[in-house]
Amino acid sequence: MKDNSIPQTTPRQSWTFSNDVNSEIRRAAATGIYDIRGGGAKRRIPHFDDLLFLGASMSRYPLEGYREKCETKVILGTRYAKKPIELDIPITIAGMSFGSLSGPAKEALGRGASLAGTSTTTGDGGMTPEERGHSTKLVYQYLPSRYGMNPNDLRKADAIEIVVGQGAKPGGGGMLLGQKISDRVAEMRNLPKGIDQRSACRHPDWTGPDDLEIKILELREITNWEVPIYIKVGGARPYFDTTLAIKAGADVVVLDGMEGGTAATQDVFIEHVGQPTLSCIRPAVQALQDMGMHREVQLVVSGGIRSGADAAKALALGADAVSIGTAALVALGDNDPRWEEEYQKLGSTAGAYDDWHEGQDPAGITTQDPKLMARFDPVEGGRRLRNFLKVMTLEAQTIARACGKNHVHNLEPEDLCAVTIEASAMSGVPLAGRKMAPDSAGWPPGWT
Amino acid sequence: MQTYDLEADGLRGLNSALHAQKDGSNQTNWKVVNPKGSHAIAVGLDAPIEVTVTGSTGYYCGGMNQQATINVEGSAGPGVAENMMSGTVIVEGDASQYAGATGHGGLLVIKGNASSRCGISMKGIDIVVHGNIGHMSAFMAQSGNLVVLGDAGDALGDSLYEARLFVRGKVKSLGADCIEKDMRPEHLEILADLLERAGADAKPEEFTRYGSARKLYNFDIDNASAY
Repeated sequence: MKDNSIPQTTPRQSWTFSNDVNSEIRRAAATGIYDIRGGGAKRRIPHFDDLLFLGASMSRYPLEGYREKCETKVILGTRYAKKPIELDIPITIAGMSFGSLSGPAKEALGRGASLAGTSTTTGDGGMTPEERGHSTKLVYQYLPSRYGMNPNDLRKADAIEIVVGQGAKPGGGGMLLGQKISDRVAEMRNLPKGIDQRSACRHPDWTGPDDLEIKILELREITNWEVPIYIKVGGARPYFDTTLAIKAGADVVVLDGMEGGTAATQDVFIEHVGQPTLSCIRPAVQALQDMGMHREVQLVVSGGIRSGADAAKALALGADAVSIGTAALVALGDNDPRWEEEYQKLGSTAGAYDDWHEGQDPAGITTQDPKLMARFDPVEGGRRLRNFLKVMTLEAQTIARACGKNHVHNLEPEDLCAVTIEASAMSGVPLAGRKMAPDSAGWPPGWT
Repeated sequence: MQTYDLEADGLRGLNSALHAQKDGSNQTNWKVVNPKGSHAIAVGLDAPIEVTVTGSTGYYCGGMNQQATINVEGSAGPGVAENMMSGTVIVEGDASQYAGATGHGGLLVIKGNASSRCGISMKGIDIVVHGNIGHMSAFMAQSGNLVVLGDAGDALGDSLYEARLFVRGKVKSLGADCIEKDMRPEHLEILADLLERAGADAKPEEFTRYGSARKLYNFDIDNASAY
């Protein structure tokens, strides 16, 4: 019998073996398969929240918020393309596939992007007529699987994005589980209905940057050198990846950090492979500068961009534009608390739902189930995305004016400070209250 | 017959001229001289024209071809006829790696040998190789027919989907989920037609058919060691 008169130590949960960790061990032991989910890294990593703008003061003139212009236009693809893409705002919609998303959700992305004067992007699985029809500027992803890839769609694209990797899983391929393979998805991908569709992690007909240079030549010849060619890389070795992308002939480098989402992959991949977006930007910009290509080859940054502040910080660090995926889905209605009861039935909760691959999305966005899809109105979704993009732009302009800039591209690292040593070290931005980033005499010791 | 000197007049001019040919064009026959291993020769064509390249080509000759017939009077570099949609590409010599990669349709004939990854991720194309093929051929091949009159290298048809593989000679090894299958009358018929169209002197009965065991179509932990 325990002596209750003796004070007891409060039961203590292990930091190492937390409830989350233990629940995953139990799940793995019961099923024998790794956890698959959608989205990006959920762990806390140094992020744009760890940077602040300094604003104008005695040595800087601010611009009037409602009276003095602050431009937001951006042109992508000025290096080689006869027809670069001109965007009204420096925020684009990232590649997301028809298959992982419903047809109406893709339509909404096109509608919202077009209303806001920006581009949207196809994904693994090819281009749908709805998406092309509702997108004034559509970037066509050229992926290892080549699902649905054909020259007719290639010629309809406003730009081509060669996907080498993505932030959620640099070095990994894609996966679309059988539950989401409808007749239409199966037909577009030329595979039987109901099977798990694996997308290769490497391209089938080139193996390195020297080959890629020739692949780009082929794509340019087929499209008469008209449209820009982007190369998208995951946040792995941003300095060298950017250098090699420039060498291979890219017009635009798209750099996706580990907060960037995916439709489905292993949780272990999402959480343990790749670098934070924040740590990728400066090495990439340094590579562009070292090659004499900064602003001639444009840099688009994605992965965890959620607001105009995030966008402004990425631009200040040297990006030409940002791209959003998860935030766009949330704007459409993904993970909305209005579906809480149904999230609970699926063993999740609004804000945490990430089993997109299972095709049971209550919001009707990451599904191919006709009943669930019918819940989503693409016109309303497009309007919501337009609103969100407008707000992001206004926020970025607000910050830029406060820093005395009449174009968001005039934001610069000198407008920033970091509130953590980690963020300072990763971004090369001085720690708040200090003159320089850590180890300024020799910092950074070289990019990776 | 239009003759185009690639060395003198450049790649851009060639592909522009070939792209300008539409259905009903009078310029239906083209000869490309001095190819000298150049890349991206006659890519993205979309007209029922015939192009003969008098020599060897570099990467991606005939890439994404639609309707056209392209003859290479030499050997072809990597990715010949990649992602072809329709039409015909004939290589008189050997072909390097990734021949016919991801092709959706049309016929690719290689009269010599093909290197590794021939027919990788093919999606409906027909490929006939008169000689041998290298390792990892038909990797993740989705549909279409790969016919090999000679031998096949290691890991043929690894992670195969619904493509049909016909090999007359030896197969060094089969890849994951690729198995030997019965040759049914409809397969002999397909094979006879392809052999005839490819100008191949072989009998359908001499071939063995390989295809997918379909055991890896949906993930099963008990199959993990197959990957």
